[in-house]
Amino acid sequence: MKQRSRILRKSFNYLASGVAGFSAALGLMVLGWILITVLSKGLAAYNTNFFSRLPTPPGMAGGGLANAILGTLLLTVLAGLMGIPLGLLAGIYLSEFGLNRRFAQSVRFLTNILMGTPSIIIGIFVYTFLVAPLGHFSAYSGAVALAIMMLPVVARTTEDMLQMVPKELRESALALGAPRWRTTLQVIFRSAKSGLLTGVLLAVARVSGETAPLLFTALNSPYWPSGLNQPVANLTVTIFNYAMSPYPDWQRMAWGASLLITLSVLALMLVSRLALIERKVKP
Amino acid sequence: MKIFQEESTQNRSDAVFKLITLTGAVILLLIIVALFVQLIKSSGLSLKTFGWSFLWSNVWDPIRQQFGAASSIYGTLVSTAIAMMLAVPLSIFIAMFLVELAPPVFSRWIGTGIELLAAMPSIIYGMWGLFVFAPFMAKYIQPFLKNIFGNSVLFQGPPIGIGMLTAGIILTFMILPFITAVTRDVFAMVPAVVKESAYGLGATTWEVTRKVTVRYGIRGIIGGAFLGLGRAIGETMAVTFVIGNSHRIVASLFAPANSITATLANEFAEASEPLYLSALIELGLVLFVITFLIQAGAHIWLQRVRKSVGVQ
Repeated sequence: MKQRSRILRKSFNYLASGVAGFSAALGLMVLGWILITVLSKGLAAYNTNFFSRLPTPPGMAGGGLANAILGTLLLTVLAGLMGIPLGLLAGIYLSEFGLNRRFAQSVRFLTNILMGTPSIIIGIFVYTFLVAPLGHFSAYSGAVALAIMMLPVVARTTEDMLQMVPKELRESALALGAPRWRTTLQVIFRSAKSGLLTGVLLAVARVSGETAPLLFTALNSPYWPSGLNQPVANLTVTIFNYAMSPYPDWQRMAWGASLLITLSVLALMLVSRLALIERKVKP
Repeated sequence: MKIFQEESTQNRSDAVFKLITLTGAVILLLIIVALFVQLIKSSGLSLKTFGWSFLWSNVWDPIRQQFGAASSIYGTLVSTAIAMMLAVPLSIFIAMFLVELAPPVFSRWIGTGIELLAAMPSIIYGMWGLFVFAPFMAKYIQPFLKNIFGNSVLFQGPPIGIGMLTAGIILTFMILPFITAVTRDVFAMVPAVVKESAYGLGATTWEVTRKVTVRYGIRGIIGGAFLGLGRAIGETMAVTFVIGNSHRIVASLFAPANSITATLANEFAEASEPLYLSALIELGLVLFVITFLIQAGAHIWLQRVRKSVGVQ
């Protein structure tokens, strides 16, 4: 074996530790840099118009993004109405009935695949499936794209959380003569409540900042949302369009929208984390 | 008698319940199948017109209706390669810092901070990349690289900030948390006895990390790297903002380029001719196949690792 002097080895160690510390600091610095940028540039765009008015053409003062805020809320709620129940059902099946059957195994595998599928591909899929045959962009096709993104997240976390409920709880409920559906919905769900909430919040957080699946489905619009059959304004596509425009006032609006999206996503993450901590504290 | 009756309704209600939950699982399955079928069906025109040459043809000309994916595939591969080359070593060092060096309280806070990088929506990276990081690259990093490497092929051309290198670096920050999370868990799973015996022989922290921890957990780290790779290849908005949107293949990393996702995001809504649209959807199909293979590979790999380590 090669012999090296102790001083050399020690200095190598200090060097590597330094690099390790620097790497961690670099990660945090980038996070801080992004947060500070979004916060300072975003706040500069805020006034009451931002939250209450429709967008104006470039150069005209007094515009806002009220329609996009409303549209993003609308899309997220619609997506949640479709994606969350289906995800819960799939999760219940995998945890309570599927077990290790081959069918359940392949569903589990494909859930992971769907979770890792690039969001822009989901957008294209919904385009070929809903937008192209009907001939127009629409709010519901955007919501379907977001729902497809939520589905695997909710299904996986639901399965994990239900699996964490002790087997004895299931058995005692069944022994008391409760049917399976009652056991699941009234006993196991109650016990896994905060975990399920975490999954749902994570799914909502995941889609509320998504842009790519909306580009070819919900598109964007300068007007108030006027029906699920029409393109609908939303914050993320607005950021994309405005940021790429040469107009400073539009770019300022894009920063305002960025701050709003960032804050909502971070808030959702925070709440989902708190829900988990609460679960750990009182078992 | 009554008891029996009750039992049978109970069985029936349970069968219905099982059926309803099964629908959820089946829909999940159908979505993936439909996704694949739809992508193939909708790219049929382009598949028929260009055949396999679509993959290596470098012409992307919507006016003459000639489409080849080479420039987009090249951009995706190179920007991802840059991200992997930077993110994997960084993640290993960060994991070493979190597990071996930092005091536990510190380690938890810093770990959360790194995880938060994953929570940021990709369009926020795009905004920051375009308006803050690209100018920073143009002013400091790119001239610096030019000074060090002179006019090497990789760093030729004016430092304009936007381009392949900037896209790769932003991707690095986006996948860093995913690889770090896996690496940190792998590091923490190495049995204390193994590490302590190395320390007992007089090894330094760095030597233990390099020769014991990394070697012990190398398969887990590879799995984590694959997960990051899957993310990086499919990342859309952040790349679209900063890669520069040019269909020319240039060796210089300073030059504007394109990726599959950026091409789709920029051109899909404008494509009016059927062949143009079909070629774009075929690009999507190529991306889907690549990510599918990576995801499936990572999944199977990690499952095998878990089995052999004995952790479920």
